[in-house]
Amino acid sequence: MNSVVKRAGLDTAHGVILYLDDVTVSFDGFRALNKLSLEIEVGELRCIIGPNGAGKTTMMDVITGRTRPTSGSAYFGQTMDLARMSEPDIAGAGIGRKFQRPTVFEQHTVFDNLELAIRMDKGVRRTLFARLDSAQRDRIAEVLRLVRLQGQENRLAGLLSHGQKQWLEIGMLLMQEPQLLLLDEPVAGMSDAETARTAELLNELRGKHSIVVVEHDMGFVAEIAQQGKVTVLHEGAVLAQGRMDQVQADERVIEVYLGR
Amino acid sequence: MSSNVMFSRPAWIAVVLVAALAALLPVLHLAFPPGHALHVSAYAMGLAGKFMCYALAALALDLVWGYTGILSLGHGLFFALGAYAHGMYLMRAIGRDGVYQSDLPDFMVFLDWSAYPWYWAGTDSFWYCLALAVLAPGVLAFVFGYFAFRSRIKGVYFSIITQAMTYAFMLLFFRNDTGFGGNNGFTDFKRILGHSVTAPETRAVLYLATLACLVGALLLCRWIAASKLGRVLQAVRDAESRLMFIGYDPLRFKLFVWTLSAMLCGVAGALYVPQVGIVNPSEMSPANSIEIVIWAAVGGRGTLVGPILGAFTVNGLKSWFTAAFPDLWLFALGLLFILVTLFMQKGLLGLLKRRPAAPAAPDSPASPASPASAEGAAKSEKEAA
Repeated sequence: MNSVVKRAGLDTAHGVILYLDDVTVSFDGFRALNKLSLEIEVGELRCIIGPNGAGKTTMMDVITGRTRPTSGSAYFGQTMDLARMSEPDIAGAGIGRKFQRPTVFEQHTVFDNLELAIRMDKGVRRTLFARLDSAQRDRIAEVLRLVRLQGQENRLAGLLSHGQKQWLEIGMLLMQEPQLLLLDEPVAGMSDAETARTAELLNELRGKHSIVVVEHDMGFVAEIAQQGKVTVLHEGAVLAQGRMDQVQADERVIEVYLGR
Repeated sequence: MSSNVMFSRPAWIAVVLVAALAALLPVLHLAFPPGHALHVSAYAMGLAGKFMCYALAALALDLVWGYTGILSLGHGLFFALGAYAHGMYLMRAIGRDGVYQSDLPDFMVFLDWSAYPWYWAGTDSFWYCLALAVLAPGVLAFVFGYFAFRSRIKGVYFSIITQAMTYAFMLLFFRNDTGFGGNNGFTDFKRILGHSVTAPETRAVLYLATLACLVGALLLCRWIAASKLGRVLQAVRDAESRLMFIGYDPLRFKLFVWTLSAMLCGVAGALYVPQVGIVNPSEMSPANSIEIVIWAAVGGRGTLVGPILGAFTVNGLKSWFTAAFPDLWLFALGLLFILVTLFMQKGLLGLLKRRPAAPAAPDSPASPASPASAEGAAKSEKEAA
């Protein structure tokens, strides 16, 4: 059985994998996103920071098809209109999302969690007759090693520690071989040691996937952003953008977020 | 990955042994004359056959409830539709032997009808009716399920709608003009494929057919549960959003298992009607559907074998109770359900084995409509949003 599903249509000819253009989302008049425009380049690791209510999670929801923009457009590559695709279609097209709270299948083993996420035709019939081939087993073993869960594959995911669940969820995203990874607060609730290991993990993934990390933990952001771009959101729009040290020096940023 | 194999060796042996023992009943019934120590009475065989039909319905329910977390309170409807579909053939097979000696069934003569309504076309064919017994519940479930699942109706809301659906059909079938015999339903069957329905040999064959269907359905369900699709179904139950974001469309999986379950229920109903000799709209009463849920819960949901065990246990108790203390049965049933919910969350099967082969449903059957962890996960994502 081949594990590779053709991904038609992802066109990154201009080196940009995600475009958000003038995206507005309003809930009963409240603008969670206010003409947000953002571009993510292929292979980039972008950190997005911002105070609570800045619209970070809503932005993720728009990208993954959970929330439809009230106006504006969201494109994956040059051609895929995310506003017209369903959640499973978007996932199938190559966007993986990690939730703020770890969401894994707690009644399944770690191995089964990764197996379910594997990139393949996810229709009913193919799923009913699916058998793992050796390449897929190797891939699962590789991801287990990458997310530091080797030796844990037969444990129920519900029995893992909080940090391990976060890693497992990242592992599930990696099984889908996504082009774009969205990580919503990947180190929330982690111990310092776990945070450091997560930073290591993201540094290993850098360049292999385009990654968007939404995070509060400034130490962690400084660790993974390195010389890359950091975007600051405020009240549903981009407040500032640039290298971490530039952003940290920005008066407006200090005012709304860092300073108080 | 213990859940990825169909049955462990001891479980296989147990299934084969029990099936072989069950297959012995009709042999003993036919081979030994009444009064002989080894004779099995027609009553006992009929009762066991009826229980196997119930067990098949409970098994079908477990696939959607225990594995997928969809609590249906309307499975009695699918069962009854299967029974009615097969009943149509049995009514036709009476021929001119009815009270009015007409080509039409007695109830139609009584209504002054002169011809069969259009939807009775083809029902003189046994095989057509058998197909109808599977397809009618299947099509209804597919259409109903498509709209319900597409609207993302879940939990208690879904359960309530299924309950309302079976109630609505009951009212429809109570009407004489619906053309299914009104509140008397179908009865007084004479023959099936030319054989008398009351002949011991016919009854033995019906019994064996039921046994074969039950064992076949158990193997089919177990095979599905052990496949990757089975693990997807459990993922629907536990964290549907996560499933969507890794690229599965839960709608299709729910629709598949929901429709399959309804069809299995239809088979159970089709086997039930010739053995019991009557079907009427009370089969669609909400209480009947709830009883199926109780069988599954008592036996142990999410185990497939458990609901079969539960159907036999509860109905065995019911047979004895309604003879000994007819007024107390409903109290006993309620008490049983409460005790199982409080003290035996994995049901009877949980008592029999320490570690179930199939992963049991998440805890908290106190809210059987939506397993707690699924609700918790949905909640946490809502908060995140």
